[in-house]
Amino acid sequence: MTQLESTTTPGLHPVEVTVNGQAREAEVEARLLLVHFLRQTLGLTGTHLGCDTTSCGACAVLVDGTPVKSCTMLAVQATGNEITTVEGLAQGGQLHPVQQAFHEEHGLQCGFCTPGMMLTSVALLEANPSPTDEEIRWALSGQICRCTGYQNIVHAVQSAATTMREA
Amino acid sequence: MYPPRFDYLAPSSVEEVVAALGEHEGAKVMAGGQSLIPVLKLRIASVDTVVDINGVPGLDGIEEEAGELRIGALVRHADAERSPLLASRYGLLGSTAPLVSDPLVRNRGTICGSLAHADPQGDWGSAMIAARATVVARGPSGERTIPVEELAVGPFMTTLAPDEVITEVRVPDPGPRTGGTYLKLERRVGDYATAAVAVQVTLENGHVREAGIALTGVGATNLRAAAAEDALRGSEPGEAAIREAASLAAAAADPQSDHRGSAEYKRNVVRVFCERGLRTAISAAQAGQE
Repeated sequence: MTQLESTTTPGLHPVEVTVNGQAREAEVEARLLLVHFLRQTLGLTGTHLGCDTTSCGACAVLVDGTPVKSCTMLAVQATGNEITTVEGLAQGGQLHPVQQAFHEEHGLQCGFCTPGMMLTSVALLEANPSPTDEEIRWALSGQICRCTGYQNIVHAVQSAATTMREA
Repeated sequence: MYPPRFDYLAPSSVEEVVAALGEHEGAKVMAGGQSLIPVLKLRIASVDTVVDINGVPGLDGIEEEAGELRIGALVRHADAERSPLLASRYGLLGSTAPLVSDPLVRNRGTICGSLAHADPQGDWGSAMIAARATVVARGPSGERTIPVEELAVGPFMTTLAPDEVITEVRVPDPGPRTGGTYLKLERRVGDYATAAVAVQVTLENGHVREAGIALTGVGATNLRAAAAEDALRGSEPGEAAIREAASLAAAAADPQSDHRGSAEYKRNVVRVFCERGLRTAISAAQAGQE
């Protein structure tokens, strides 16, 4: 551990964020990534860390409603933001329509990419309630699924879109 | 992966940013962080102090002023992708935005940050060279403008001083009889370009008044294909001129063979994409002539 220490004075910085509607505060190192803050500091392990190189999108969370890769944002940068993780989707014991649709349409196999896929889908449907298949694929194109071949993910998002329009 | 430890400053004005850069040796500006955070995590680069500019107000505008488009340092790729102004009047930039990395990276990464990062695989460098853009850099002695073509001097190296920050990029209004496009070959979304070509053509009286052509991923920096531009300027925009310009652009490319393809292959991609791009740009310019 000591060999990793740089010559700069390690300081702690306050983070004040709203995560899934709940105000959270912590003092963190500036180098702490948002994904580690969520998983380790807050214990919200639904956000998965995949490639860790900004390629796979497994770590996607919503920052003020916009999907970003939480492995490529500093926790300190989230101050003042509202973060939504997969744990924030279900409300009152009811799955979010997107979660229900991923379940019903088999939009997952191993499930590793699923939290990120669902969060990006939620953001997409918020902005575009009736997306085409092409628009869904485009919106999810920063995220990798190694199981499904994407087909059932697209079906799931379409199914969720229908449910949400009818709600 | 964790980045090495660094100090973190989040100033709330450009003046404070410049002061922070001057006071802290080894400081680096962070805007979207979509390149800087990965290179820190991979420990390809290290910084002593990160100066985060996300809290600086007034840097997130896309505005036209005095015959120029001004894109602030905190304008994200996604903002450009959704801008009706870019889609309509600055076609080259409008077609570049959706091809940068992937949608999640575009939500956070910035245009000016991409220019400052000076990755020869960067898309905006070529688009901005072809569009004849300049960046505005603020330092301790004030503001200066740098043509994007002169910004990068090598891979990840720029003419910016350590205590200068890019506050915006300015793109001259190309006028109504202009067309432009960006064509990129990538193995999958989010990959770096195997090769890419930015073109912008302005017509006048049936001839090419101005042409901008720049190449991505085939040199130590984004390359301006000046000989190809010269050949087009003043010419009648037909197949013969397009083919000649594309050959000259391919000759200007200086690609390396790697896992994305051989040098010969990439050079040929440049030629083909340049032809296609010029056809698209010229058609758009002719349509704008009516």
